[in-house]
Amino acid sequence: MSGLGRVIRSGVRRRRVQTVVIGLVSAAAVTASVLGAGLLVASWSPFDAGFAAQHGAHLSVMADPQLVTEARLAASKTAPGVTVAAGPYPAVTLSFTSTGPDAGNGRVVRPAPGPEAGPMRLPPRTVVGRGGPGGDVDRVDLVEGRWPTGPDEIAVAQGAVRIPLGVRLEAPGGPALTVVGVALSMSDTASAWVLPSALDALTVPGATRGYQMLYRFAAAGTAAEVDAGRAAVAATLPPDAVTGARSWLDVRQRAVADAAVFVPFLVAFAILGLVMAVLIVGTVIAGAVTAATRRIGVLKALGATPAGVVRAFVAQALVPSAVGAIVGTVAGNLLALPVLAETGQLYGSVSTTIAWWVTLAVPAGILAVVAVTAWAASLRAARLRTVDALTVGRGGDTTGGRSAALAHAAGRLAARLPVSRPVGLGAARPFARPVRAAAILLAIAAGTASVTFALGLGGSLIRIQTAVEQNTADVVIEIPPDETPTAGAGSLGPDPAAILATIAAQDGTRAAYGLAQAPAAVAGLADPVGVNAFTGDPTWDGFEMVSGRWFAGPGEAVAGQEFLGAVGARVGDTVTVQADGTPVRLRIVGEVFDSGAAVFTGADTLAPALPRLRPHEYRIALTDGTDAGDYAQRLTSTLEPQGLTADPNRTQLDPLLLVVQGLTATLTLLLVAVAALGVFNMLVLDLRDRVHDLAVHKALGMTPRQTVAMVVASVTGVGLVGGLIGLPVGMAVQHLVVPAMAANGGLHLPDSFVDVYGPATLVPLTLGGLVIALLGALLPAGWAARTRTAVALRTE
Amino acid sequence: MTDPVIELHGVSRRYGDGPPALHDVSLTVAAGEALAVLGPSGSGKSTLLNLLAGLDRPSEGTVHVAGTRVDTLGEAASARFRRTYVGLVFQFFNLLDDLTVLDNVLLPAQLAGVRGGAARQRAAQLLGTLGIARHADAYPGRLSGGERQRVAVARALVNRPALLLADEPTGALDSAAGEDVRRLLGELHASGQTIVLVTHDEHLARACATRTIRLADGHLTTDTAGVRR
Repeated sequence: MSGLGRVIRSGVRRRRVQTVVIGLVSAAAVTASVLGAGLLVASWSPFDAGFAAQHGAHLSVMADPQLVTEARLAASKTAPGVTVAAGPYPAVTLSFTSTGPDAGNGRVVRPAPGPEAGPMRLPPRTVVGRGGPGGDVDRVDLVEGRWPTGPDEIAVAQGAVRIPLGVRLEAPGGPALTVVGVALSMSDTASAWVLPSALDALTVPGATRGYQMLYRFAAAGTAAEVDAGRAAVAATLPPDAVTGARSWLDVRQRAVADAAVFVPFLVAFAILGLVMAVLIVGTVIAGAVTAATRRIGVLKALGATPAGVVRAFVAQALVPSAVGAIVGTVAGNLLALPVLAETGQLYGSVSTTIAWWVTLAVPAGILAVVAVTAWAASLRAARLRTVDALTVGRGGDTTGGRSAALAHAAGRLAARLPVSRPVGLGAARPFARPVRAAAILLAIAAGTASVTFALGLGGSLIRIQTAVEQNTADVVIEIPPDETPTAGAGSLGPDPAAILATIAAQDGTRAAYGLAQAPAAVAGLADPVGVNAFTGDPTWDGFEMVSGRWFAGPGEAVAGQEFLGAVGARVGDTVTVQADGTPVRLRIVGEVFDSGAAVFTGADTLAPALPRLRPHEYRIALTDGTDAGDYAQRLTSTLEPQGLTADPNRTQLDPLLLVVQGLTATLTLLLVAVAALGVFNMLVLDLRDRVHDLAVHKALGMTPRQTVAMVVASVTGVGLVGGLIGLPVGMAVQHLVVPAMAANGGLHLPDSFVDVYGPATLVPLTLGGLVIALLGALLPAGWAARTRTAVALRTE
Repeated sequence: MTDPVIELHGVSRRYGDGPPALHDVSLTVAAGEALAVLGPSGSGKSTLLNLLAGLDRPSEGTVHVAGTRVDTLGEAASARFRRTYVGLVFQFFNLLDDLTVLDNVLLPAQLAGVRGGAARQRAAQLLGTLGIARHADAYPGRLSGGERQRVAVARALVNRPALLLADEPTGALDSAAGEDVRRLLGELHASGQTIVLVTHDEHLARACATRTIRLADGHLTTDTAGVRR
C-alpha cells in the first residue's frame, strides 16, 4: 500500500468519531435528498405516472346491451388504432343508500334540495362487474381492503367523499352490499366494482344496465386523436349502441387541477430537504478537512505533494460517505413508501416507489458534494505555505488578524459578563472559530425555518379547512326533509324565531342560527345554484370573508369565488336569481371563502319569493366548558313538543388534510434531525480540535459539570441568533407557498389564512433554534466532560 | 573540494510591514558539517530552517540545498525535493498519531516510491539503531517524549537525506531524554551526516556542532567554528 493509501486507511479507521460523523451526515443527507427528490418527481406529473402504471384507458365506453352483443363488443378490440382493450364488463348505474359505521364520512350529509332527497342517499354511481382489479387496461390499485369475493360485497372508488370499509350500501329494492375495499382507477372508469355475478341482483327498477369497454390507442395524446379512436370503435358497432364515452384527457384535466393545489407545498419541502442536505454535508466535510490542516502540513513537510494530499483527503472523506450513502439510500427508499403513499392520496394518484434513477442519482450527487467539498477544503489547506499549515491548530482560526482580534475582544467581554467563568468561556467560543460558528448558525437557521414553515402551513390549512367545511357548530338540530317545506301546501313547520328563542334561552348557548337551502336558477347557467338562507347570525360558523363584508339586511348577499365567476359578477354588483319562478335581486356585498357555487343571504331576502321556506337545520355554538352531549339532551327535552332532536355535531378532519399534516410532520422531523445532526457533527469536530485545551481547563480545576456548561454556552448564543434568522425565513417561505397553493387551486385566500403566526407561536418558534442547538450539543458536552485529562494533555 | 550542501545568498524574509524575520543572510555549509543556529526567541532561527527545507520562501535572495535552487520551487516540486534530500525533526515531533511507529517511519520512503521491502528493511534498521524497535506497532500517543523524538529522527533519516534539519529537537524533552538526543545527533554527525540544528541550548550546540552561527533580530551576527565535545 502506498504511503498516502496508508494515511487514508489509518485516517478512516483510527479517527472513528470523525468517520462515524461523516457517515451519519451522509446517510441523513441521502435520506432527506432521496425523499426530497422523490417528492419532486412525484409532483412533476402525478397523474401521468399513475395512469401509465395502471395502463389507463384512453377511452371508456358504455354500450346499450339491447343494441349490441358481448361478442360484437369483444370484436371491437380489433378496431383500427386500438392497441389493447378490456371488456366487455357488465355495468349498472344506480343510487345507493348508505348505513353503518361513519356512514357518509361522519360529516353531516346535507340533503340535496328537492322532495325526493334523503339525508343518507348517495349520488348515482356506475357499478362495474369485474372479477379482479388487474387486466390489460385499467389495472385498478387497491388502496384499502380487498377486492369483492362474494355477491354481497363491493369495492368503492377512492374519491372526495370517503366511504369507509364496513359501510353497507343498499340499492332500493335490491340487495345490501358491504364495502370491503377502496380502489383507485386513474381512468375513473367506475364508482364501484362488484363481481360480474352480482350485477343481475343490482339491476333494480330505476337502474340503467350496460356494458363497459376500455380501450388504449396507439395515438391518444390529443383530443383529436382520442376522437378518431372513438370513431373507429363506434364504426365497428351497431348505430346508437354507444350510450356514453369518456376520454382520458378529461379525467386528466380534472385530476391535474385537483392535484395542483398541493404541488407548491410538496415542492417547497422537497427543495428545503435538498438544500439542507447539501448544506449540512458541505459544512461538515469542509470542517473535517479544515480540522486536518496541520496534518496536511506534516504530510507536505514529509514530501507529499499538494495533489497527493488532496487526493488522500478526498478519498478519506469518500470512504465513510459511501457507506453512509448506501445506508441513506436504503433508509430513504423505506421512508418513501408511506410518504409517497400519502402523496398519492393528495394527488389522487397511485402510490409509487422512488424512481430508480433517483435512487442512483441522489447518492451519487451527495458523494459528488462530499468530493467537491473535500477537494476544495483540502486544496485550500494544501496550498497554504507548509510552515503555516504546520502551525494551525495551536491557536485560533487560520484567518488570524481581525478574526483573532475579534476573538480576543469577545473573550475580554465574556470575562466581564455576570455569568460563571465556564459559561463566559463558552459564550466567547464562537468568535474564536467564526467560520465553524457560521456553519452551525446556518444549520440551526435552516432547521428553525423548516419548523416555522411547517407550523404556518398547518395553521393555514386548518383555517382553510374550517372555512371550507363551515362546520364549527357544537350541536346541530336537523329537521327531516318531509318536515321542511319549501313551497306548496302543507304545514309550515316549527317557527324559526320561536326555535331560536328556545335555543337562546338554553343554558350554555353562545350563538345559534337556522339554515335553509333552496335551488335558484340564474340566467346563463344550465344548472340551478344553491341559495343558503340564514335566520340569525351565522358568521361564527367558519365563514371567512375574502373581500367586502357579510350581508347586513334584506336584498344583500355574499357569494364564493365559484358563483361569482360563473355569473360574471363582482362585489358591488347585483345578481338576479329565480326562486320558484320569482325573481330575487341580490346585491353582492362581499366575497366569502367557499369551495362551492352557493350564494348566502338572509331568510328575509327570500321570504317574498319563498314564503314557506323554513330552516332544515339549526346550528348552535356553546359557551366554553359546556358539554355538548349534556346540552343536546337538555335541548331535546325542551324541544320535544316540536318533535325536534338536538345532537352533538361530529366533525372530522378532511382525510386529505390529515395526509398533508402527516407529511408535514414527517418531513419537518427529518429536517430538524438533519439540522441537529449538523450541529452535533460540527461540535464534535470542534471539541476534537480543543481536546488539549479542555484537558488544560480540567487540569486547572474545571469540573465535568462546568465543562458541560461551557460547551452548552458555546452554542446557546448561536442557537438564539439562528432561531432569529430562521424564523422570518420560514415565515417568508410560508407566505410564498400558501398563496401559491391557493393560486394553483384557483382559490382566493383571505389574508387571515396566511397570517397565522401569533405571539403564542412566535415566541416558542424563536426559541426553536436554541432547542435545535441544545439537541445537537448534549452528547458532545457529555463527552467533553468525560475526557481523560492525562491522555488529552499528551495530545500534540 | 566538495560542493557545499547549503548556499544562501542575501536571503531576507519579511512578514507584513514589521521588521524582517531574516535580513540579508548569506551562508555556506559544507557536506559533513554540523551547524548549530543559536539565538534568542524571535531571532529568525526557525525561519532560516523553514527556508532551507523549502517550507517557506524568502522575500529576497537565493537558497540552494544539495545543488537544488529551493527558493523557486513550487509546492509539488518542493515536496519532492524534501522527500529526497531533507530530513526534518520538529520540536513537537509532528508524528501522525493515527499511524503506528513503523508506519510513521515508513511514510517518507513510501512517498518517495521506495519499494516496500527495501523501505521496511531500512525502517527496521533505524528503529533498531535508535533503540525503539519494540515500539514498532505502537501508536505515538503511548510513547514518552524522548521515544517520540527518536521516532521522528528515524522518520527523518529513512530516505538517507543529504541534510538533516532539526528544529529545537530537545525543546520538548526532559534532561535525560535530551541527553539521549544529543548523543544521537553526535553519532549521526560522526557518521558523516550533514546537520543543521536550530536551538537556544548552548550545551546542545557545543555537544553536537562543529560550527555555530548566531542570529539576532534576523541578522547573522557571529559565525564561529567550534570543537565538538
